[in-house]
Amino acid sequence: MLKIDTISKTFFPGTVNERKALQTVSLELDESDFVTVIGSNGAGKSTLLNTVSGRLPVDSGSITIDGAEVSRMPEYKRAKYLGRVFQDPMAGTAPDLTIEQNLSLALKRGKSRGLGRGTTSARRALFRDELATLELGLENRLKTKVGLLSGGQRQALSLLMAGFTQPRILLLDEHTAALDPQRAALVTNLTQKIVSNDGLTTLMVTHNMEQAIALGNRLIMMHEGEIIYQASAEEKKALTVKTLLGEFSKLKGATLGDRALLN
Amino acid sequence: MFGALELGLIYGAMALGVYLTFKVLNFPDLTVDGSFTTGGATAASLIIAGVNPFLATVAAIGAGLIAGYITGLLHTKGGIDGLLAGILTMIGLWSINLRIMGKANLPLLREDTVFTPLRENMLLGTWVSISALLAFTLILKFAIDWFLTTDLGLAIQANGNNRQMIRSLGVNTDNTTMLTLALSNGFVALCGALVAQYQGFSDISMGIGLILVGLASVILGQAVFGSRNIFMASLGALLGSVIYRLIIFLALRAGLDTNDMKLTTALLVVLALLLPRWGFLKRIPSLRSRSNRASSKAPAEPADDPASEAGAQVPAGTVDTPADTPGVPAGTPAKAAGRTAAGTSAASDSKED
Ligand SMILES: Nc1ncnc2c1ncn2[C@@H]1O[C@H](COP(=O)(O)OP(=O)(O)O)[C@@H](O)[C@H]1O
Ligand SMILES: [Mg+2]
Repeated sequence: MLKIDTISKTFFPGTVNERKALQTVSLELDESDFVTVIGSNGAGKSTLLNTVSGRLPVDSGSITIDGAEVSRMPEYKRAKYLGRVFQDPMAGTAPDLTIEQNLSLALKRGKSRGLGRGTTSARRALFRDELATLELGLENRLKTKVGLLSGGQRQALSLLMAGFTQPRILLLDEHTAALDPQRAALVTNLTQKIVSNDGLTTLMVTHNMEQAIALGNRLIMMHEGEIIYQASAEEKKALTVKTLLGEFSKLKGATLGDRALLN
Repeated sequence: MFGALELGLIYGAMALGVYLTFKVLNFPDLTVDGSFTTGGATAASLIIAGVNPFLATVAAIGAGLIAGYITGLLHTKGGIDGLLAGILTMIGLWSINLRIMGKANLPLLREDTVFTPLRENMLLGTWVSISALLAFTLILKFAIDWFLTTDLGLAIQANGNNRQMIRSLGVNTDNTTMLTLALSNGFVALCGALVAQYQGFSDISMGIGLILVGLASVILGQAVFGSRNIFMASLGALLGSVIYRLIIFLALRAGLDTNDMKLTTALLVVLALLLPRWGFLKRIPSLRSRSNRASSKAPAEPADDPASEAGAQVPAGTVDTPADTPGVPAGTPAKAAGRTAAGTSAASDSKED
């Protein structure tokens, strides 16, 4: 399914600012695996997702999706495999376009776009059905500009846009971190629903250890550009925050973000 | 007065082109000054060579498409800043335009032009010619409206609105950027071809300063018509061009010299940009915020967040009715202020109309 094979990524190599964001990282996801990713700030979690999505090129190593080597493929071409939700609620939608226009854009992910109408009544019907599953009333506001929605609503919409075209892989990068606890819980629930309904293969970064334990069937912990701990499907069932903290404290000089400790 | 209306409508074609780059793509394209002349030069020299004026006009559009495409190439593939890419093409076009014309001024005195039927029947400067021009430019406007709501057009809109997002949805943003620039300059060159035929000559300097005329038209149009949707925004650009010509007409009537018109235009644009800062006309698109928007492309836009959260507290049904009207571009710091001012500016607007 997704095979990340000994990839490395260094920012500003050979300068005083050199940052080894990923050091020979390998990870394999099977069909319908839902892997949560935790780790301290700057551990390389976002970089990992960004190399999979093609936003960042890797220095070495290979990434294959369904057996196809994608690590040299430009970001826009990889989009046909990937659904993505970013941490910033503003990042995943076009604010000046309406809800239905944003959904139309997402519907055509990875496909060629021609001179057919962007919002047909057939598409509208589909969008209404999909939006209704969010239970936010957005199905009645198809012509509202997305810029007028709240952060939580926009993030829920982004999640829907990423998931409803059944991507081969769903990449979620702390997509609840910028939301207040109530909205974060809402988006977390939606995530679980969307992923499990379609059995989407998912890689989800989170700051929240309880969320990382509650969601998904596998878990990895990253630190300084390496995967330092992995919990398999069996191990994850028995996993507690305490075990995770224990694993983490084995690392010399490692401190978890305050946010993670509070959770 | 009729002349001003005719000119306003003809220049409406350019305003629509500038609308595509400046508003839709969010790209201040200075190619305009060169590609306008390219359009005039191409049409004039072909007409003098005996080509049918309509074909000559189509050829002018083709030349404009190429000019815009080159700016797009410089910007996307060459990584050259947008302003500079436009300036480079504009300056380069000066020599090309001279080559096309062979000299600095090409008169079209006894040639047949697209305006000959109107001119021979003494219909220029009457309601007939104005209606014909209005119909023609409205066709252009509706063509843009239609195009922007196709799948490709939506991708083009999103490209100017949230490039990272549309790339993550599989759009080659380099291509959409080049396509938008090409189309825009196609409109501009069409306008140049029409102006040359209307005034009876093509001149090497006919395009100087035109980008400001285009911006003035788009901004004036938006101030009057808002930009709640594509339909209104493109209508605003088109009629903004007419309003601009009327202002110039009145300025000339008031005793200003034609040589003062560039300064008048510049002052008009400056005024339109500064008024919102002082609290007037909040809906005018904010050129000043361009740098903010550009720099915040990758990282979050924290200023935006509280604004949209505030929007959420309004009951669902009411959010998109009055607040939807103002043309305040999202993602700018002025957004929150613009939204609260929406009610008042919408009210004053209905009086203006
Ligand atoms: N675009 C970039 N340019 C330079 N350095 C970067 C960039 N992105 C990430 N880094 C650096 O790489 C490291 C890993 O960052 P990141 O993957 O964002 O961490 P995480 O998401 O786990 O918090 C950090 O030290 C960060 O400063
Ligand atoms: Mg991160």
